[in-house]
Amino acid sequence: MNLPLLWIIPALPIAAVALNLLVGDRLGRRGIAWLACGAVGLAFLAAVRAALTLAALPEGERQVVETAYTWMRVGDFSIQVAFLLDPLSTVMALVVTGVGFLIHVYSVGYMAHDPSYRRFFLYLNLFMFAMLTLVLADNLLLMFVGWEGVGLCSYLLIGFWYERPSAAEAGKKAFIVNRIGDFGVILGMLMLFTYGGSLQYERLFAMAPHVFALGGGLITGAMLLMFLGATGKSAQLPLYTWLPDAMEGPTPVSALIHAATMVTAGVYLVARCHVLFELAPVALQTVAVIGAATALFAATIGIAQNDIKRVLAYSTVSQLGYMFLACGVGAFGAAIFHLMTHAFFKALLFLGAGSVIHALSDEQDLRRMGGLASRLPWTHATMLTATLAISGIPPFAGFFSKDEILHGAFASGHHVIWLVGLIGAALTAFYMFRLYVLCFRGPSRVTPEAAHHLHESPPTMIVPLVVLAALSVVGGWVGLPLLAGGHPFERWLAPSVESAAGAHGEAAAHAMSAGGAWLLMALSVAVALAGIALAVRAYLQDPEIAGRLRERLRVVHAVVFHKYWVDEIYDALVVSPIYRLSRWLWRVWDVKVVDGTVNGVGFTFEGVSAVLRLFQTGFVGTYALIFTIGVAVLLYHFLRG
Amino acid sequence: MREYLPVLMFLAVAIAFAAGTIGLSSIIVPRRSNARKMSAYECGVEPVGNARARFSVKFYLVAVLFILFDIEAVFLYPWAVTFRQLGLVGLIEMMVFIVILLIGYLYLLKKRALEWD
Amino acid sequence: MNVLPTPVLLAVDWWALGAVLALSAGILLLLLLEFFPAQARSNRSAIVALLTLAAAGWSVFHVRDAKREIFGGMFVHDGFTVFFTLLFCAAGALAVLLSWDYVKRTRINQAEYYALLLSATAGMIIMAASNDLITIFLGLELMSLALYVLVGFQRHHLESNEAALKYFLLGAFASGFLLYGIALLYGATGTTGLGQMAAVMIDSPMLGNPLFLLGGLLLIIGFGFKVSAVPFHMWTPDAYEGAPTSITAFMSVGAKAAGFAALLRVLMRAMGDVQADWIPILSGLAILTMTVGNITALLQNNLKRMLAYSSIAHAGYVLIAVVAGGRDGAASALFYLAIYAVMNLGAFGVLTLLGREREERVLISDLAGLGFRHPALGIALTLFMISLGGIPPTAGFMAKVYVFSAALNAGLVPLVIIGVLNSVVAIFYYLRVTVALYMEEPQGEPVYVSWATPGVIALIASVVLTLWWGIQANGLLAAAQRSVLGLL
Repeated sequence: MNLPLLWIIPALPIAAVALNLLVGDRLGRRGIAWLACGAVGLAFLAAVRAALTLAALPEGERQVVETAYTWMRVGDFSIQVAFLLDPLSTVMALVVTGVGFLIHVYSVGYMAHDPSYRRFFLYLNLFMFAMLTLVLADNLLLMFVGWEGVGLCSYLLIGFWYERPSAAEAGKKAFIVNRIGDFGVILGMLMLFTYGGSLQYERLFAMAPHVFALGGGLITGAMLLMFLGATGKSAQLPLYTWLPDAMEGPTPVSALIHAATMVTAGVYLVARCHVLFELAPVALQTVAVIGAATALFAATIGIAQNDIKRVLAYSTVSQLGYMFLACGVGAFGAAIFHLMTHAFFKALLFLGAGSVIHALSDEQDLRRMGGLASRLPWTHATMLTATLAISGIPPFAGFFSKDEILHGAFASGHHVIWLVGLIGAALTAFYMFRLYVLCFRGPSRVTPEAAHHLHESPPTMIVPLVVLAALSVVGGWVGLPLLAGGHPFERWLAPSVESAAGAHGEAAAHAMSAGGAWLLMALSVAVALAGIALAVRAYLQDPEIAGRLRERLRVVHAVVFHKYWVDEIYDALVVSPIYRLSRWLWRVWDVKVVDGTVNGVGFTFEGVSAVLRLFQTGFVGTYALIFTIGVAVLLYHFLRG
Repeated sequence: MREYLPVLMFLAVAIAFAAGTIGLSSIIVPRRSNARKMSAYECGVEPVGNARARFSVKFYLVAVLFILFDIEAVFLYPWAVTFRQLGLVGLIEMMVFIVILLIGYLYLLKKRALEWD
Repeated sequence: MNVLPTPVLLAVDWWALGAVLALSAGILLLLLLEFFPAQARSNRSAIVALLTLAAAGWSVFHVRDAKREIFGGMFVHDGFTVFFTLLFCAAGALAVLLSWDYVKRTRINQAEYYALLLSATAGMIIMAASNDLITIFLGLELMSLALYVLVGFQRHHLESNEAALKYFLLGAFASGFLLYGIALLYGATGTTGLGQMAAVMIDSPMLGNPLFLLGGLLLIIGFGFKVSAVPFHMWTPDAYEGAPTSITAFMSVGAKAAGFAALLRVLMRAMGDVQADWIPILSGLAILTMTVGNITALLQNNLKRMLAYSSIAHAGYVLIAVVAGGRDGAASALFYLAIYAVMNLGAFGVLTLLGREREERVLISDLAGLGFRHPALGIALTLFMISLGGIPPTAGFMAKVYVFSAALNAGLVPLVIIGVLNSVVAIFYYLRVTVALYMEEPQGEPVYVSWATPGVIALIASVVLTLWWGIQANGLLAAAQRSVLGLL
């Protein structure tokens, strides 16, 4: 068989890191850019080649393990540095390298004026290496290496502009919150290793049903711990707070790490370990509930934010919630599908936002934007595509994946969760169009200085936008259920994520009448449209905007309410309470409760530390006394025992 | 608990012995002191007073060096006693020992550790 | 009684004793060379010390597969001895490289410094190779006395003096406990030989024998002092802070490893039967040691003190391995100690380069912005911090994984949970260093870096090993596992 040469995929970016370290100062900016982009581009080609190799195999044999060497041998078990190519890791590798490559190219333009150009690409390539290790690893331990590596790079890149105290602070927060999650992963991993006997996926998954009782305490505990790690990495309740702060990093970083790739690692972990999660229904239920709660919760907060990147950050949190929701209801394929489409349109949204910020000389406040559509035509067109995609409007990519998630939730009997997801979808459409309107439509509120420099971004930035926009349109079509022969994406993924529960869900889905499925689909489109309408109504009251939109709104409104009242009632009953709740959630919950708790933990440790320090008096007598007390306590323990 | 009895007894006897000897000596000692008796001996340290008095560090140096060589010299006695039985091997071994000591001694001389000034 | 045993000279296997012999010869040579005056900045002593350590390491490596008992079984040459001898020689050699420029810069008497360093190394080797409580004590004192002096080597530096005195007083105090423990064990078993002790226990189990258990407890306390286990750790921060940085680097690694070597050999060789009695005590010590070490480290502003507390915490992790026991437990302790040696020497090694002349620049604030002015140094220090914090893909991570998995296999779930929690807390203070390196602006005069080739070589070696053992840990792991076979 033709060897897919998997190791070369992560090796390319790390080689670029090494070269950058060794000779980076002699390369010049152009050389650094070529080196960094070239390595990731080649990695993408290698991933494509691997994917083609895999696709050429018969369906039942699509799993290739490539062992580099033996890492360590503990007892009778050995842990290999080995890479696994299966449909799931192929999708992940393609998304990571593909979107990663585009963002690298974009960064060449975006960071052009930054003095720390070389350092930026160094970190970015290092991140690619860690992320590819994470998704291609053949065992949990190697996966964890990538897991920690991406965390470290995320920390370095959030704090990239370390001169800003808020950036350094945000980097630290991200790292610390993630460590809390990592604690869960380490413990979960050790539990799986101790009782399951291996960390290698195939062996562990084969062993698990024999050693863990279905729904038993051990496996439930282990999987809840793993999920704790996933909530940290993927910014879910209650560990999501770091992600909005992480927007302190350069925008390409937000796009790459905090939207498209790293934050989806938690989803990948859950999908990868779905065999284990299915053994622990309680844990899986928790995943679904947390995911749904986060999806709704973050969406409400997203409404009240005025910083363009923060809106997108909360949106990311919310969309990740959808992916977990999908995992939780057993629709792992849908989760990965959404992961992929989300990578396209959210990366595009961030890059578009970056283009806006770039054009406005680093302005991020939506209240000082507006009316940019004509000035930034490319950015506007691509952003609109992405906004439609995330809102779930057919035929854009987001529609297919989101619909599949909601469908999966409904079909598997999780009706409450489905409803929460549906409300979240409406809110998503609402806040995304609020962003779009405030940014591109209406009168210009741009400050004169910024307006003076207003310019469309250079081609290195626009080209990735266009490519991503195309992907945001067609990316969902691989999940067209109407295509002959069924659903190609799901069929491709099936060997990786198919399971008893999945098959069951599948059966239920098929059992549902075609009419029912259509109804669900229509419903989700309807709520999305309602959200859009609401946003346009609430934020685009300016008479100068094209009458067509306004006319449509009038029609929608006139059906139920009187024109004048509608505003009042909407405002009083829907917008204002949600707005206030959102503000409250952000102000009180987010800032006081969650941050307060995190800080409180820190203070507690520092307090204990300060007390312990008091013993360190510097007097030998005290030291000897403590020594003696220690001896006495041990003796007492001994005599008593 | 019972098996610790010997240990406790051992402890009690040790404490009793130490306390006993000190106590006894302070009881039975005849106290007829005069100025001469209370004065310092030849080596010059006041026998009564604050034990934290300062005096030249050279005393310590000489004392430490004395103890060092004194103790090592003790090893020569058992060797001398069994000199015949140990034969040549014993002689070589002792020579090595003495050479090591000698190097230390020469180093001391070189560093002028034994000169008072 | 007129039949004397064959003179021991004939029974000695010279190769097995090679390391100690080489070191002794090196020490004497260093002292003799002082008769021929050299310039203050001469490299002579350092070169002699380095060659001596190389010879010592080579001589034991040369016969690494042999097994010997010499001096009537008081001294053994086995895998365990070889592992630790090589570890001590390597740590010593790295320390010499780090000291090379540092001692010149701080105007320390070179010949005596290196002679004492070699003495301490010899003491450590004797501790690890001893199969008898008396020789263990001999090695321990040889190591300790040399270290007491080395800690106080900067005679004109008040903190150095204070540190030495504290270390000495408390060390003598701890030695007392150790000796008392040896005496009680002798009383219980009638021997000080570990092998004989094990044999005695087969004939008449010591289970519940109070003299024996008490003796063992006192022994644990004595070794606990050397490895700075809480609550016998109080000397550590003061001694580490006051000592010349190169010595802090050496003792934080060597003395700890030697203490654990002796503890492991005693526990596993002589007291295997009563291991269950030690588990609660050693577990308690491990928990206390990790927790107090890590939490106190959080608020330290002096890097030497911070690393001192960190070294206390790491002793706690190794104690977990000791509690786990068995082949994997002991092997993971060895594995951990070797990796800890490399990364900790590296971390202190970076500190030896900071400051000019006798100036000490070891506050965390001194590091501000260093990562940009000296990128290589910044990357190296970051790597060591990451490794000490146990983050992959560094060696420190592999060390923790092995220790924790050995402990889990031994069923020590609560200990592992506390250990993992502790390693989470520890990140906070290791991270402070990298924050200072990359995210702070220097206040006042930025720290001067005294570059020196030998020190850089040592750092490169540490960096390479820290990375290598993180990426390919199997070689070291296999060596550690082979080495403990003799103990079981």
